[in-house]
Amino acid sequence: MGAAVYSHREVTPVSTSSSAETTAPETGTARVKRGMAEMLKGGVIMDVVTPEQAKIAEDAGAVAVMALERVPADIRVEGGVSRMSDPDMIDGIIAAVSIPVMAKARIGHFAEAQVLQAIGVDYVDESEVLTPADEANHIDKWAFTVPFVCGATNLGEALRRLAEGAAMIRSKGEAGTGNVVEATRHMRQIRGDIKRLGVLDDAELYAAAKELRAPYDLVKEVARTGELPVVLFTAGGIATPADAAMMMQLGAQGVFVGSGIFKSGDPVKRAAAIVKATTFYDDPDVIAKVSRGLGEAMVGLNVSTLPESERLATRGW
Amino acid sequence: MTPVIGVLALQGDVAEHLRALTSSGATACAVRRPRELAVVDALVIPGGESTTMWKLADIFDLLEPLRIRIKEGMPAYGSCAGMIMLADRIEGGIEGQETVGGLDLVVRRNAFGRQVDSFEADITLKGVAGGPVRAVFIRAPWVESVGDGVEVLGKVPGTDRIVAVRQGNLLATSFHPELTGDTRIHEYFVEMVRER
Repeated sequence: MGAAVYSHREVTPVSTSSSAETTAPETGTARVKRGMAEMLKGGVIMDVVTPEQAKIAEDAGAVAVMALERVPADIRVEGGVSRMSDPDMIDGIIAAVSIPVMAKARIGHFAEAQVLQAIGVDYVDESEVLTPADEANHIDKWAFTVPFVCGATNLGEALRRLAEGAAMIRSKGEAGTGNVVEATRHMRQIRGDIKRLGVLDDAELYAAAKELRAPYDLVKEVARTGELPVVLFTAGGIATPADAAMMMQLGAQGVFVGSGIFKSGDPVKRAAAIVKATTFYDDPDVIAKVSRGLGEAMVGLNVSTLPESERLATRGW
Repeated sequence: MTPVIGVLALQGDVAEHLRALTSSGATACAVRRPRELAVVDALVIPGGESTTMWKLADIFDLLEPLRIRIKEGMPAYGSCAGMIMLADRIEGGIEGQETVGGLDLVVRRNAFGRQVDSFEADITLKGVAGGPVRAVFIRAPWVESVGDGVEVLGKVPGTDRIVAVRQGNLLATSFHPELTGDTRIHEYFVEMVRER
């Protein structure tokens, strides 16, 4: 939260009633979009592919679910072009739970995002897990009432997404691997980049902005406040309560769990355990207690042996 | 004397409330355990997901201690999910969803709709001087009906939707003053705690 950046965009009413005076209710403002992510903090957002899984997630204490047709682990195995989910399938999940429902659009695929907004999805993930639809441009997210979360591997990438209107950032990690090594790298990188900005003087920030390939105003704001102006979650490879706890200690404000829950031996128990571990991330006694008796974790993939062409985190720029 | 006010830190926008309370002249601290609850003068229940907060409060043995302290008269303020937690009755909750309770009213969860319907608006509040506050509503609840002892402090302009209430030592808003940098509602609450 905090001081608004890009205030000239922030007050633009995205909905149709443009004749409204300033005191009229406004939807789709930056504060409303970013504020939604603030409410998810300290929580776990779970990938689900059926209404039944969505119910399990809600009952386990998830703060939101991500509705998709295939979890990243299956996308890896099955290959092919991966797209936005069938609206019927998303509707089924919206009907099944009362917590927020997110869904993924392909990078740059603004028409998929328009569809997701039209069916009432609460947050759109412009996601590298799906096959990118545009090799040069991400979606102009200011043009939407629905807020967007985007992946980032470093601060420059995060700030480029913010400049395009993202209201929440997550680390990319390497989705569908059950291996946190990439998420760790991205969280440390983003945090390190922010710290480095803090020691620069005003003159040096211009060069820093150039190096980060990010708008100067945003770079300056981060240098001044020492934090991103939006909520930062982690994603990609989180499979155990200890994974979630580690990410929170590395500065994540919440956790996306993709394949890690429903590709494991006992999804009900594991889902609840990761929720508890995210709240008590700094209490090893709690983490130890909730880590017991969870059955088998998902089978992981070794990221360093993954061929470049199969890596998802390199999608988007 | 500076009151010590806890923020229930199971999930939600805890940091924003801590900041607003500190700016309003209180000593603020996070509360996740019964022993932390025991030492605060008052409590804020933040915005977040009420079903998650309920589950965690139940699992980590906070629900009963919270009920006892509120029954004993500890001042509490809830924003959004916090309002739901302080309500005696919920509409639109999930199966079995419990609250801490204390406010004699019915709250309707997600009453204003989904995130695309979330909005901000200017709202005049009884007891809060200096003009209307900019209120941010995020998948917000509203108060469906109130019992005799509940004072209505504010409604959405041009509607009958009740979005701010007080009953004795309990205060609740459907919206999130912690997101705006305007600390008048937190100051109002800190004053409630001081007067007690």
